[in-house]
Amino acid sequence: MLDEIGVKSVEELFADIPEKMRYRKRLNLPHPKSEYEVRRHVESLLSKNRTCNELISFLGAGCWQHFVPAVCDEINSRSEFLTAYAGDPYTDLGRYQSFFEFQSMIGELVDMDVVSFPWYDWATVAGDAVRMALIVTNRHELLVPRTISPERLSVLRTYCDGQADIRLVECNTETGQLSVEDLKRKISQKTAAVYIENPAYLGFIETGGEEISEIAHGNESLFIVGVEPLSLGILTPPGEYGADIVCGEGQPLGMHMYYGGALLGFLACRDDERLVSAVPHRLVTITKTEREGESGFAYVLPKRTMFAARDKARSFTGTGTALWAITAAVYMSLLGPQGIRELAEAIMEKSHYAIKRLSEIRGLKVPVFNAPHFEEFTVNFDAAGKPVQEINRLLMKSGIIGGKDVTQEFPELGQTSLFCVTEIHSKAEIDKLATALQEVVR
Amino acid sequence: MKTQLPDYHAVRWNEPIIYQLGAEGRRGCRLPEVEEEIRASVGDIASRIPEKMRRKVPPRLPELSEPEVVRHYIRLSQQTYGVDSGIHIHGTCTMKYSPKMNEALARSSKLADIHPLQDVETAQGILQIMYELQGWLCELSGMDEFSLQPRGGAHAVFSNAHLIRAYHKFNRELEQRNEIITTVLSHPCNGGSPAAAGFKVVTLYPDEETGYPNIEALKTAVSKRTAGLMMTDPYDTGVFDRNIEEYIKIVHEAGGLVAIDQANANSILARIRIGDLGADLCHFNLHKSFSTPHASTGPGSAAIGAKKGLAKFLPVPVVNYDGKKYYLDYDRPHTIGKVAEFYGVIPNILRAYAWIMMMGAEGLEEVSEVAVINNNYLVKKLLEVRGVSLPWQKAHPLRLQEARFSLQKMKEETGVGIADINHRIVDYGLQDMETSHEPWIVPEPLTPEPPESTPKEDLDRIAQVMHEISREAYTNPEIVKTAPHNAAISKIDTSPSSDPAKWAMTWRAYLKKTRSDK
Repeated sequence: MLDEIGVKSVEELFADIPEKMRYRKRLNLPHPKSEYEVRRHVESLLSKNRTCNELISFLGAGCWQHFVPAVCDEINSRSEFLTAYAGDPYTDLGRYQSFFEFQSMIGELVDMDVVSFPWYDWATVAGDAVRMALIVTNRHELLVPRTISPERLSVLRTYCDGQADIRLVECNTETGQLSVEDLKRKISQKTAAVYIENPAYLGFIETGGEEISEIAHGNESLFIVGVEPLSLGILTPPGEYGADIVCGEGQPLGMHMYYGGALLGFLACRDDERLVSAVPHRLVTITKTEREGESGFAYVLPKRTMFAARDKARSFTGTGTALWAITAAVYMSLLGPQGIRELAEAIMEKSHYAIKRLSEIRGLKVPVFNAPHFEEFTVNFDAAGKPVQEINRLLMKSGIIGGKDVTQEFPELGQTSLFCVTEIHSKAEIDKLATALQEVVR
Repeated sequence: MKTQLPDYHAVRWNEPIIYQLGAEGRRGCRLPEVEEEIRASVGDIASRIPEKMRRKVPPRLPELSEPEVVRHYIRLSQQTYGVDSGIHIHGTCTMKYSPKMNEALARSSKLADIHPLQDVETAQGILQIMYELQGWLCELSGMDEFSLQPRGGAHAVFSNAHLIRAYHKFNRELEQRNEIITTVLSHPCNGGSPAAAGFKVVTLYPDEETGYPNIEALKTAVSKRTAGLMMTDPYDTGVFDRNIEEYIKIVHEAGGLVAIDQANANSILARIRIGDLGADLCHFNLHKSFSTPHASTGPGSAAIGAKKGLAKFLPVPVVNYDGKKYYLDYDRPHTIGKVAEFYGVIPNILRAYAWIMMMGAEGLEEVSEVAVINNNYLVKKLLEVRGVSLPWQKAHPLRLQEARFSLQKMKEETGVGIADINHRIVDYGLQDMETSHEPWIVPEPLTPEPPESTPKEDLDRIAQVMHEISREAYTNPEIVKTAPHNAAISKIDTSPSSDPAKWAMTWRAYLKKTRSDK
């Protein structure tokens, strides 16, 4: 091949790189290894991890343990989906059709006609939703509830740095619900959008969506709602209570937890040209082909994104989370309308059973907020006189991973932990948690 | 030796949209049981939700049995062309083969079923992998610290733009320093991402002879407003911008920082360490250079590297080691904060780790060597095709990881342009090729990138196909212009792309819009 190229040595091929810029030492990296050796080594490292299958976990807070049908892993292991990238619909028809189907199903869940290309996670699509609001309203302030996920708030602060101010709206200390009075006080001509989360980070259901929407729209601000998608099997979708943009975390739709490394942000909006023009990511539309009865796919307003508009787009896009979107489409089509409703009910039944059992334990306040909850709920240990850290350490002795310690995030709640119970928890496991907690706080 | 091109046709199922399949009431999975005692204990659960928040109509999801779902998505996968399917050398993307062993490891329950908020004591395995990978990337780049937070290249550039902001804010110069300089042949995210981070972007254009900006252009562009230079090197043209050291010097003298996008690092692995050349920040795409599969457009994964003085601004958490245990380091008061949730694309971090371990330093050097040989062989072969030229050929007859050809001559002589050719390429069983990001500095661009995993026979086949298409263009252009003929579908009507009355991003929107048509 070198002869064909017309060079005498490989070195000549790198002649464009000046010698003084070349690295001439040997890198300090491991010695090359065979497949077998690497496998043994990596497996031995991974064996140090203890999984949520080996232990009983009650963690949620942005990444949730759910049942993953084998079909999901089967389809996302398909070599074609796994190794494709950027071909057009002539070569990658199946990829585009899967995206369209993902978009269609998310659209049904959240009650929106436009759904965009899958993105990193809930926080980053919330950031994109806010950016859309800044562009559409030409305003520079965002109102969010005090109970927003601190992890997401931290990402939003990065996304808004130098572009928008984020103001916290107070919440009712009794119910956790967004304070409508404080919202009315804080909303102004500067407000680009009001953002809420439903269910809220602390597990309760925000029931004031309609009123918040009216206040936002009365002020010509946009209304953005962040959701956990399985809850929409039983909860009114944000499209019905006035959301302009909906974002959320799709990991519960068939993805394993992967230490928080398999997240799927989804972004939806009303079919309004101004909003669509501001979506930072690809949008796939269904269309016709020359052949009767055949569907094709195309990108909507392709000149709008960073790929063509570069810095004029005021946003960025690129490689998203397509394989997870395909997986989510598989998951949602396995469940169907009745399945997702039953799943949401099962989750609520189990979490409320846990709430009931735990609230019988002296010294525990469960939940902290007097409001309906979905799969997560707060447990306060103040009266038990033990910090959450200690509680979790003791639970671990029984093979139980306790809830997320939110004491630092919300000091006003005292020693409080956020528990998550889903369809995968059996009665026996919930009872075991109750017994262990009883022991621990005695 | 001249072999016959095979008679190819793509899989054509004419598969319906999933909403057109199945039947009412059909289900594809059974849920874990809710025990009777639980039901009896909690009662009618829906009644706990206030009326207005209770969903009235279940979401209209498809209704299919498990075998129907499997068959549908298997068919769709068959109508998708990956690296494992055939010749796939989409440029700028480094479509290398990903070893199946890494796939098996990435799917281990020991990785898949851990929760990000578990005590770090129970996640020491993955944390060690992350920590060691950070170290290897430092070694590969000459940087002092790495973060595995970014989820893709554009996100890495966005994160680096925020690091540049944080640096100038720390020095109380941010208000004055609000401009990022980039080059037009850099990936568009080097313009888009800093703009998304609030910067004004100044774009430099390449010199007609060299293919990169001249020093004078940069000197004119820098000022006390310069926050930094963010650019790709080597470029997607396969040209290494050898002014890089000089640029770095000029930008540093002006008080700015330099962040290099190393999306094209495949050709310089173990040969150039951008940190040694003075860059302050850089990033790698793990899904390009380090063999994590592209996953139908993600999840990818990227990693950003910083020099000592800037490492304190890296996003949290950084994985650290205290001599006894690996932990998530949040105690970084100058951090830019968080750029995404949790810690990074964990399965890809593991795949990249396993891949680098398999390669070692010698292997990585060989990777870049073979990739560059492949590319230059292909350059040689494609330049023999009628109507194909290579801009900046005089200055750069040899290229690194890829090359950007122009088919302008063919277009002028036959009316057949790159869009037509790309549609025709697929008729011969190849994946279509990268043209160019916009704007098209090279007219009628074609950017193949044959990574190290491309066998010579594939390169010969690509050349053979291009010769054939060129022959068609000069003798029977209609067959090219009406292509594809052997694909899964015929020519697409793209008019809904820009027509709000026709576009439909969901099935429900499609039903509404087609109904109102009638």
